[in-house]
Amino acid sequence: MSARPVLQTADIGRALRRIAHEILEARRGDGRLVFLGIPTRGAALAKRLHSIVEQIEPGVAEAGTLDVTMHRDDLGRSATRAPAPTRIPSGGIDDAVVVLVDDVLFSGRTVRAALDALADHGRPRAVRLAVLVDRGHRELPIRADFVGKNLPSATSERVFVRLTEVDGVDEVAISS
Amino acid sequence: MRHLLSTKDLARDDAVRILDVAEEMAATADREVKKLPALRGKTIVNLFFEDSTRTRLSFESAAKRLSADVITFSAKGSSVSKGESLKDTAQTLVAMGADAIVVRHHASGAAHRLAHAGWIDAAIINAGDGTHEHPTQALLDAFTLRRRLHGEDARGRALDGARVVIVGDILHSRVARSNVWLLATLGAEVHLVAPRTLQPAGIEAWPATVHELLDDALATGPDAVMMLRIQRERMHDAFFPTEREYARIWGLTAERFAALPADTIVMHPGPMNRGLEIASVAADSTRSTVLDQVTNGVSIRMAVLYLLVSGTDGGRA
Repeated sequence: MSARPVLQTADIGRALRRIAHEILEARRGDGRLVFLGIPTRGAALAKRLHSIVEQIEPGVAEAGTLDVTMHRDDLGRSATRAPAPTRIPSGGIDDAVVVLVDDVLFSGRTVRAALDALADHGRPRAVRLAVLVDRGHRELPIRADFVGKNLPSATSERVFVRLTEVDGVDEVAISS
Repeated sequence: MRHLLSTKDLARDDAVRILDVAEEMAATADREVKKLPALRGKTIVNLFFEDSTRTRLSFESAAKRLSADVITFSAKGSSVSKGESLKDTAQTLVAMGADAIVVRHHASGAAHRLAHAGWIDAAIINAGDGTHEHPTQALLDAFTLRRRLHGEDARGRALDGARVVIVGDILHSRVARSNVWLLATLGAEVHLVAPRTLQPAGIEAWPATVHELLDDALATGPDAVMMLRIQRERMHDAFFPTEREYARIWGLTAERFAALPADTIVMHPGPMNRGLEIASVAADSTRSTVLDQVTNGVSIRMAVLYLLVSGTDGGRA
């Protein structure tokens, strides 16, 4: 099994900066932005996006995490999953523009679960989706608004995202 | 972990995982929608052969918060009074589609029998069996203590170094037994206090220090004092001369409460006998966790039900 690197530290940084700019550009009106990362690596990415946005337009955004474990549609089909913490920023999500952040967009089922989980916390004005890698093979009618890299892949291949906060190194790789 | 029968055979990692999942369950109480879809389509049966209010309601509310269907069965007014056996009752419930059975029984070992006799294939949760164990009570006590000690940083931690004094009717108390095993597993230092007559045989072998006088145990400067209920319904023999004498020597009186270190918490599994084992000033103070324990009980039971019922592997998260 050989892993082929796709993105390095600098590429990931560049992709996130571009996404941050796109998010700010697409933000219509004065709505608050709330970045909610899906644990584990989405949470780290949400934090990074938030700090980039802070440098460009201080005070427009908040960041948190949204655990989706309890809302998954495969709970009864796989091993028991332990839930991770959900941290909604103090301002809540009502009437805010929520940007869901995840590392890899694949079947779309995690995002579906996230949309359900989000409804337990309030009613955002709009929900957007930002991902570092879109590898295709959607099983649900879901698409990302902001994508770091489109990565055509075979279903048999595996995409690895490693981030400094979790794995000690920044890297995206694909292996067959 | 396919069943939860006792805390004695609960590994430290499993115990910490239950407490961690309970933290996430507790967080849902602050949400607009307090219900989670995790156990949608699952059926949980509460099988209660012995009276209980808080444990039954707590399990019921935990199962409902997880969107499971709940059937509550109490032995009174059922076919059990016609002489139906535990085996037949259990098989009937499983035939109705129960995924998990929460059982309380007056006989020690009833939950173990249900889990291992090969009669049925459902997850069994012990909600109190005779004078043996009451594991979810011990877990919620540990959860309450961990939150008070570590606050927001509680996740992933055990109770290493915490000093807990457990006072009262150790002889009949399944809460005490479950707590001793669990607290010891989690690294806490346990002190037990009871009159000689209410100390079970073999208590020397437990992972705890035994005292006969409450004042000796309180002198160790505990982080928590857990008062057990004097179970009047079990006090048929003369275990102590009078209730007044018990209150004087083994009760958490106003004077003893005032003399405790300022951050010592006071725990009680309820229902309390005010003026007997605990003075009202202690029960109603901000250092009393009695109501926290009730709230935390729901979170712990949600965690246990989720871990045992949701996956295909019975809790190996």
